[in-house]
Formats: sequence, structure tokens, C-alpha cells
Amino acid sequence: MSTTVPQALARDVSRAVSIDFAGVGRAFAPERGSGPARPVLRDIELAVEPGEVVAILGTSGCGKSTLLRITGGLDSATSGSVRIDGSPVSGIDPRTAIGFQEPRLLPWRTVHDNVALGLPRGTPKAEGAERVSTLIDLVGLSEFAGHRPREISGGMAQRTSLARALARNPGVLLLDEPFGALDALTRLKMQDLLLDILSAEPTTVLLVTHDVDEALQLADRIVLLAKPEDESAPGATIAQLLTVPGTRPRDRGSAELAELRGRLLDGLGIDRHGSARGVETGTSIPHYPY
Amino acid sequence: MTYQSEPDERVPGVVTTQGSSYDTTEARPGRAFLARGTGRLTSRTWFVLLAGALLPAIVLAVWLIASAGGTTATLPSPGDVWLAGVDLAQRGLLASDVAISVQRVLLGFGIGAGLGLSIGAVVGLSKLGDILLSPTLAALRAVPSLAWVPLLILWFKIGEDSKVILIAIGAFFPVYTTVSAALRHVDRQLVEAGRAFGLNGPRLFVTVQLPAVIPSVISGLRLALAQAWLFLVAAELIASSMGLGFRLVDSQNNGRIDRIFFVIILLAVLGKLTDSLVGLFERWVKRRWS
Ligand SMILES: Nc1ncnc2c1ncn2[C@@H]1O[C@H](COP(=O)(O)OP(=O)(O)OP(=O)(O)O)[C@@H](O)[C@H]1O
Ligand SMILES: [Mg+2]
Repeated sequence: MSTTVPQALARDVSRAVSIDFAGVGRAFAPERGSGPARPVLRDIELAVEPGEVVAILGTSGCGKSTLLRITGGLDSATSGSVRIDGSPVSGIDPRTAIGFQEPRLLPWRTVHDNVALGLPRGTPKAEGAERVSTLIDLVGLSEFAGHRPREISGGMAQRTSLARALARNPGVLLLDEPFGALDALTRLKMQDLLLDILSAEPTTVLLVTHDVDEALQLADRIVLLAKPEDESAPGATIAQLLTVPGTRPRDRGSAELAELRGRLLDGLGIDRHGSARGVETGTSIPHYPY
Repeated sequence: MTYQSEPDERVPGVVTTQGSSYDTTEARPGRAFLARGTGRLTSRTWFVLLAGALLPAIVLAVWLIASAGGTTATLPSPGDVWLAGVDLAQRGLLASDVAISVQRVLLGFGIGAGLGLSIGAVVGLSKLGDILLSPTLAALRAVPSLAWVPLLILWFKIGEDSKVILIAIGAFFPVYTTVSAALRHVDRQLVEAGRAFGLNGPRLFVTVQLPAVIPSVISGLRLALAQAWLFLVAAELIASSMGLGFRLVDSQNNGRIDRIFFVIILLAVLGKLTDSLVGLFERWVKRRWS
């Protein structure tokens, strides 16, 4: 492979668009019978700039996937509205591409054909095939392009799913824990790869993650979703909104990030065992705050 | 900017580490060992064919012995039956009987299966279609299919139409039932992923739902084919002047028990033959779609 990532992918001008959340809330109907609706999200106010990468952190079940699904038009808010590029989202939006929390690959299609599903409609055949091959190469699966999903590992399936979302070259890229099933080393490689692709094809990204270090490494801003501590109102909302200093790619070991890391871990309710520890682990592989 | 200067060395690194751990040649010896052990004989083609022919051979032997002393009026010998077949063939009756019966089966099966597939798709895919159609179809299905015979004969006389329609009714329900049930249970996450990538309507059906239900469709088709032969004989027994069912009634009236035996064996062979054809199709489809 003699081309660099930017040369292999860059096709046209940036499609990055803005996302605006205005008072977004989501309550689910009670499971059985009557009773009050169960609020999961409430009062989400956030303006995401075109080309910005925003990481969404939060404990399991706090509504991260729900927020992402609302943004992609797969679910709809019960209050408030989401606007992409100024126009409200209603139904599945062609400007967005989503990488689901589960790989969701079609079992009867090869890795190559699954990635091809992500291509925008009307892509010329040859161009599409080339883009798919490039992406499969980038996620390190070129040897497995002809394999079916049941013949590859969970992490490989997740990378296939990431490639499928990237194939769309969307204005808004929604990634739900895209690296959750990967080992630490592959995870770091995929994070760098995502940064490479974003510098070649800038798009707006909402990235859901459990991993504070991943958020610090990839995002321009970090949203921490949480329920209020005093339980005054049910449903999670933005508890912290941090701007990550510097530009991507960041030094994984910088002391500035370590301080932010500590604040985020606090927000997630994780005991840090002394702040010095944060600096140490920040220099090596990511720390999983499960 | 380390991440951009050497992307080519980094990503292939992923390939090799994943590649070696997923080396397919390493996975096989285990299975080959198993095959060499206890499971070996039952997976050999010659053994399968031979073992399958064992019971018919025993039946034939018992038949030969039993018919040796008896009268041809109740139990003809295999030789008599063979001669009856040769005789029918020489008179040209065999070819015309088989031709007309196969034609009826194929026509009725084609019409019934085609309708079953399309109406099954409507009921399985659309809530409204389900609400509108399934109660009526369930009621129709509860009618023992032979109850239609008098009505069909009154409406369509004793021509081809009445028989083909009866066979179509017999072929319709297995396909309709399996297809509509299978479509209701297609993995929602896959359907949602298809939608998220811009598929809807017929394209969604062809890309996600249809491949997902193909195995059920095939087993529905196999059932329908068996039903088609069943209904063929029923239709021809009741009213016809040609075909294998007619030959049975005709032989009964003339006391030609050797011919009755011959036609029964012929029906078994034809049914098995058409079933094997669908079986071949099934194997091809399964290789292609799973
Ligand atoms: N379709 C649904 N119907 C009812 N409740 C739902 C539905 N989808 C999500 N929920 C509820 O919303 C809450 C948040 O779910 P969500 O999947 O958004 O969590 P999450 O933050 O992505 O968690 P995780 O990190 O474990 O993936 C959960 O309590 C869940 O039960
Ligand atoms: Mg989630």
C-alpha cells in the first residue's frame, strides 16, 4: 500500500454539518399496564459545531445509545428537538451514518458486501468497490474481506461495522462504543485510524464510549451524561461539558489530560485512589472504568 | 504527528496479528480428527446411499417371498408389477399419465406457492395486512381442503382448472404460513440497520428480510410440493379421465391390482424426485445465504 490514508479516501469537500440539541428529552412508556412514563433523558442542550468530535460518557443504562438513536432518527424525542444543519431530524436521516453498539452485520453477506451496504446510494460501482476495499484495508481486515460474519471474531465484526459506517462518508457520524470489543492494542490503533480518516474526511462525530481515555484522545469536547445527585428529577442530562485542550492527535500521557481525566472519573462516580494514579495509567493502555 | 507518518506499517500489523490467530488451517485438524473417529462412516456418501436402500431391499425380498405362492388377485409379484408398467408404457398410457399429472402438480404448485409467498409477505411485513387478512386466511385454512372439491367441480367443471386450483389451494397454505411467520420474526436489529443505511420498501425486503427468511421459505416450498402431490391424487381420484390418480381408479374398477401397485410406486418415485430437486435448490440457497 503506497498511498496514505488521506490520499486514499479524500474524495470531495467536507460534508461536516452542525447538530443542535434543544431541550431533548426521552421517556419510555411503562413496561406493563399503566403508570407514569419512565424518563431516561431530559433537557439535553448542546450545540455541536461542524467537524467537531464530541464524546458522550456515562454509566451503563444512562441513555447514551438512546441519545445517539434520536440523533440518527431511529428513535424520536418525547420533548425538544434535534436539528442537523439547521433542519429538524424526523425519521432516518440520510446525512447521518451510525455504527451500532452491536455489529449488526448481515450474516449471509461477506465482510466486503456488508461494508458496501454503507455506501451512499448511487455510488458508481467501481468507485464504491474501491472505497470498500480501502476501508477494509484500513480496519485491518483485507484478508477477511471474503469471510462471512460467523467466520470472524467479535472485534473483527465491530471493525467491519465501523467500516460500514465510514463507507457512507456522512455529514454526521454516530458511533456507539465502536471499539468496545477490541483488545487494548487494536483499540489504540483503531483510535488513531479514526483520527486519520477524520483528518482526510472531516465530519461531525458523536462518539459514545465507556472509556475516559478514549474520550480524551479523540474528542474536542466531552459530554458526561448523568442523573442529578440529589435525585430531584428523574432522567439523565448533561452533568459536565468539558473542552479538551489542544488539537488532535493528543499526547496520551500529558498532565493536562490527566487532570481532566480525574474530573471525568469523579463525574462517573469512580474512586480514583489518589490523583497521581491517573497520570500513571494515562501514559499506558487505556483504563476501563467499568 | 506520528500517526500520519507511518499508517502503512501500522495497519498491516493488525492484519498479521489477527491473521495468525484466525488461521483457518489450524482450526481444521480438530474437526478432521472427529471425522476420523466415530462420525466417519455416517458421513460417507456410499454408506448413506447404501443404508438408505437397505429397508426397500428388505421390503422387496419379503414381497418376493410372500407373492411367490399367493394369487395375483391380492398380491402381485414384483415381476408382475414391472410387466404392468412395461405394458402401460407400450400403450403410451404411462407417458401421458405422468405428463398430465406432472403438469398439474407444477402448475398448481407454482400458482399456490407464488400466491403464498406474496400474501405471506404482505401479512408478515405489514401490520395492516396482518390485521386485514390473517383472520380470514386462518378460517379458510381450517376448511379441510377436500371440502372445496364439489364447489370447484360445479364452478369449473371437470376440466383442468378445477384440479389445478385444488392443488394450488393445497400448496398455498404451507408457504403462506411459514413465510408470514418467518417474516414476523426477522431480527429487528438487522432490519433497523438496513433502514439506517437508507433501505426501505422493496429494497429493504430484498436486502434484509427475504434473505433472512429464505431457509423457512424453502422448507415451506418442500411442504407445499408434498401437499401438491397429495391434492393431485385426490383431484384425479374424484374426477378425471387422465393422470396417475385416474389410472388408480381405472385399475381398481378393472381389478388390475398390478397396475395399482405400479402407480403407487411411481408416485413414490416422482414425489421423492421432485423433493430432491427442491432439496438441491435448498442446499444451493443455504450455501449462498447463510
Ligand atoms: N425501546 C425501549 N423501550 C423501553 N426502554 C428503553 C428502550 N430503549 C432503551 N430503554 C431504556 O433506556 C435506558 C437507557 O438505555 P440506553 O441503551 O440508551 O443506555 P446506554 O447508556 O447506551 O447503556 P450502555 O452503556 O449499557 O449501552 C435503559 O434504562 C433502557 O432500559
Ligand atoms: Mg448503549
